[in-house]
Amino acid sequence: MSSTKISIMVVSGSRERLQMAAMVASVGAVSGSEVTVFLSMNALSWFLKGKRRQAPAEGEFGETMESKNVPPFKDLFQKAVELGDAKIYPCSMAMDVLSTKREQLEPYLEEPLGLTKFLSDAAGSQVWTF
Amino acid sequence: MPEKKVLDARNTFCPGPLMELIANMKLINVGDELEVLSTDKGSANDVPEWVKKVGHQMVSTTEVNGVWHIVVRKAK
Repeated sequence: MSSTKISIMVVSGSRERLQMAAMVASVGAVSGSEVTVFLSMNALSWFLKGKRRQAPAEGEFGETMESKNVPPFKDLFQKAVELGDAKIYPCSMAMDVLSTKREQLEPYLEEPLGLTKFLSDAAGSQVWTF
Repeated sequence: MPEKKVLDARNTFCPGPLMELIANMKLINVGDELEVLSTDKGSANDVPEWVKKVGHQMVSTTEVNGVWHIVVRKAK
């Protein structure tokens, strides 16, 4: 099994980008990679507990996705954690800006993390941004 | 006796069938087989790739009337 480290920074709140980030996180995590996800900017509020609304599409592809049975990105992130031990961190800055408390976020997220720590953890890994 | 379970992942898209397979992989014994039914051609290519990477065993991949039957044996 490969022991690649994958660090994923998600800042977009668009359907396509959240979906692609969730796919990289889940497939990477179940394929033996150590996956770390950092959620900030427009991405974070989609992880408020129980939020199920579809994220807005950026383009035609995202609109088509809604009419097909594409696995919802939140389910994929949760599977990345449950099946592949991925770690998903809310950005502490974004939480402060949104006045969000840890307990308002989905329970499969880790405790908030600062950028400094994420950057030092990401050293030497593949880094993906969405 | 090795067992074989069928997982119906038709009409969902990548990586739905793969995730379905992996979730069920954790529940079966070494030597048991899972047959994933998928209408997603991407998954028919991607599942064998995952199986090879993590060290399980591909038994067969066949297409019948637009449905892929992907049979995998748990090897460890």
